[in-house]
Amino acid sequence: MFSNFYPNLVRVLEKYWGLFLEGAGYTLLLSFITVLFGTVLGSILALMRRSKHAPLSLFATGYVEVIRGTPLLLQLYLFYFMLPEVLPMLNLSKFACVCIALVINSSAYVCELVRAGIQAVDYGQSEAARTLGLSARQTMLRIVMPQAVKNILPALGNEFVTVIKETSLASTFFVGDLMTQYSTVRGSMYLVIEPLVVVGVIYFILTFTLSKAVNAFERRLKVSD
Amino acid sequence: MIETLNLCKSFGSLEVLRDITERINKGEVISIIGPSGSGKSTFLRCLNLLEVPSSGSVFFDGVDLTAKGVDIDRHRQKMGMVFQHFNVFPHLTVLENITLAPVLLKKRSPQDAKDYAMQLLARVGLSDKAQEHPRRLSGGQKQRLAIVRALAMDPEVMLFDEPTSALDPEMVGEVLAVIQDLVKNGMTTLIVTHEMGFAREVSTRVLFMDEGRIAEQGPPEAIFNKPQNPRTREFLGKVLR
Repeated sequence: MFSNFYPNLVRVLEKYWGLFLEGAGYTLLLSFITVLFGTVLGSILALMRRSKHAPLSLFATGYVEVIRGTPLLLQLYLFYFMLPEVLPMLNLSKFACVCIALVINSSAYVCELVRAGIQAVDYGQSEAARTLGLSARQTMLRIVMPQAVKNILPALGNEFVTVIKETSLASTFFVGDLMTQYSTVRGSMYLVIEPLVVVGVIYFILTFTLSKAVNAFERRLKVSD
Repeated sequence: MIETLNLCKSFGSLEVLRDITERINKGEVISIIGPSGSGKSTFLRCLNLLEVPSSGSVFFDGVDLTAKGVDIDRHRQKMGMVFQHFNVFPHLTVLENITLAPVLLKKRSPQDAKDYAMQLLARVGLSDKAQEHPRRLSGGQKQRLAIVRALAMDPEVMLFDEPTSALDPEMVGEVLAVIQDLVKNGMTTLIVTHEMGFAREVSTRVLFMDEGRIAEQGPPEAIFNKPQNPRTREFLGKVLR
């Protein structure tokens, strides 16, 4: 059955290269939105987890544990079907529902990245700031956070790589990402392996390029230490 | 100026400070010596509530710092502290390290803070490093920066927690010289130190701590020449030779 592999591959590419490109665009867009809002929400969650206020830290801890302890696919289903029911007035598109599910999922992981980044800052830094008379909040904003960002940024880059791969699950709902395009092509050409290979190569190019960029960035941060 | 009343501190079941009642007057220069684990650092850190006492009180200028509702940040502004590991802020320049707190806490205008910082840097011989990042400084320079950073808040008292213990031997002198200069200018000072020669030379009073208590205290001549307590004698016998 592989005798026609190469000619089929060429046919698929010739006919559908535009679709694949569009799919790659959606995958990147979906990942970008996820990481961007996931970072904002995750940072807030990390600060809540560190809060002295018990209800806040309990909520954040519970949130992170539940999200990380259940499958992403389940969360996608849940939000995809639940959101339009719960918030009908918002008229959420399926793309929006999927985005929200991905953001909520990613924020739990980012929360732990941010928390680890903050914890990695030497405690002596906080003590020095507090003895100068800075409040806990001023210490966090002026002393700890600027140093934590250096620890967090490379980890966020890696989260981006992970999210690119995870967005493939969103194709369950045909949101136009790479895997969605694979399904389309498979359906119209009755070919399975060839479009899969194409999509796989595109995923790999995206993630490989990005992780190399993150590594280079990380090395530059180290130099400036 | 600072008074502790029945100060106790435990970490879990480990009693680090046992019932310390002590009074530090304005202008005193106090060296705290003793074997490691005797509670010297913890005692110092209780004075500005970096360690919260398990029981007892700490009075600073007549205010009970351990009382509920005390604005500890405001009182800490008047108590400078220098740490063994410098803890300078690596993401800020030397100048920013010094001006951050006075400007942020509205003690000085940015220009005023900068002028004062430059003046202090000149005093410790670091004027040419003002725009550098601390990573370019040696250990001794970092510690001098840490001292200046604390001085920029015009503290009433300076607390030194083993300020030379993490330094290469050849850099100890430059840091001690800065502290000595401060002391000469009348700064009330408490210093936890293993530099016995320095303690003997600069202090007005020496506290010898052992097992969470102040086992013996007095003027340096008395402590170093005629220690009364056998534990003091044993300790000094080990460190002075």
